[in-house]
Amino acid sequence: MITKRIIPCLDVRDGRVVKGVNFEGLRDVNSPVALAEYYTENGADELVFYDITASAEGRGLFTDILRETASKVFIPLTVGGGINTLDDFDRVLKCGADKVSVNSGAIKNPALIGEAAKRYGDQCVVLSVDIKRVDGEFRVFARGGRDDTGMEALGWIERCVDAGAGEVVVNSIDTDGVKGGFDLEMLEAVCARVSVPVVASGGAGCAADFIALFERVPRVSAALAASIFHFGEVRIPELKQTLAGNGINVRL
Amino acid sequence: MTAIIDYGVGNLFSLKCSLAAIGEQSLVTGEKEEILRADRVILPGVGAFADAYKKLCDTGMDAAVYAAADAGKPLLGICLGMQLLFERSYEYGEHRGLGLLKGEVVGMTGRVPAGLDIPQIGWNALRKTKDSRILANTPEGAHVYFVHSYYAEGCGDSLAATTEYGLELTAAVERDKVCGCQFHPEKSGRAGLDILRAFCAMEG
Repeated sequence: MITKRIIPCLDVRDGRVVKGVNFEGLRDVNSPVALAEYYTENGADELVFYDITASAEGRGLFTDILRETASKVFIPLTVGGGINTLDDFDRVLKCGADKVSVNSGAIKNPALIGEAAKRYGDQCVVLSVDIKRVDGEFRVFARGGRDDTGMEALGWIERCVDAGAGEVVVNSIDTDGVKGGFDLEMLEAVCARVSVPVVASGGAGCAADFIALFERVPRVSAALAASIFHFGEVRIPELKQTLAGNGINVRL
Repeated sequence: MTAIIDYGVGNLFSLKCSLAAIGEQSLVTGEKEEILRADRVILPGVGAFADAYKKLCDTGMDAAVYAAADAGKPLLGICLGMQLLFERSYEYGEHRGLGLLKGEVVGMTGRVPAGLDIPQIGWNALRKTKDSRILANTPEGAHVYFVHSYYAEGCGDSLAATTEYGLELTAAVERDKVCGCQFHPEKSGRAGLDILRAFCAMEG
């Protein structure tokens, strides 16, 4: 049976990982390539690189490190951040990305997902959504969770999946950074609406949160987290052992 | 040296890098002569079957695949590249394939039990169904990375391994020197590199 995936996410600015990562034996703690290799050797099932660069020069550095990572790391790589056009898809896919995650780019241009899916296949197009509860409904937020788009989230996700998104990353703004657990209610609602894989993001603080996620929302395919992995609060090999011990199918 | 057939389908960068990582020289090429000079041949592919088959024929690479198979060169189809080796596919209509292996490609929709996501995306375990050279280095239950909505059935004795996704799906095939993987060995970590190493040990 297919395993639940554990996915560390690296924020990259100007070709360097932001927020120093502290691991023993890792000499350059801000090198995306070194970190990608470290995580690959330590149980990550997939990696997400999120480009938070603002400048064109930084963008070039990002594709350089992406190319170098893809030449050394042989697990799936998803790239997000600043994906607004088909040219952006092309730029990162040529450098070794397997999947491309679209967030604000799809809000600005709703045709982007359909066009990308047609050209590169559904499996390549990941919809990433930042969601927050507003007035009793799930609302889509843009620009890294800063702007309320006024759009209802479940309908938005359904439209994007119909247009060709092959996977959905649900990032709950309500639970993000709180470390009180994933947003099970929100994830349940999304899983009930779509039949493509759903990736949970936002809120993990400890291994028990991952157990609760996969036990209580079994349709969720994967869990994504950043700082708890980077700061060693949760170590992926131990997390996977714990999950396996609780009857959750993972790749050990 | 391994030729990776370039017919305008998919991203070959990772595949080339993964071969380099196991010390195998490779050449991404759409030239028949270069393919026939190689020791072995990989047919990659992502996207839709009919579109890929058309591109294969439009670029003359269908003839190159047949010629390589006739010359007895080990041939490995990956993902859609494997599906192209079969007789036909029912992805958006009925389409003929290369017919190098017996079997046909069908959709998961309506076949895998309700509640399972389509596509299957992620790491799943291999269950070997026979001794094969392609999986010579691979332990039973090894996890490899799948991304697909269609799968081959009716493969007969070419079936080398299955994976369980509500039902047993064809994961790897091998008949004589024609091999195929539904999963992506170039994205399956060490387990995947072991499979590529086994393929690269096959002689023409």
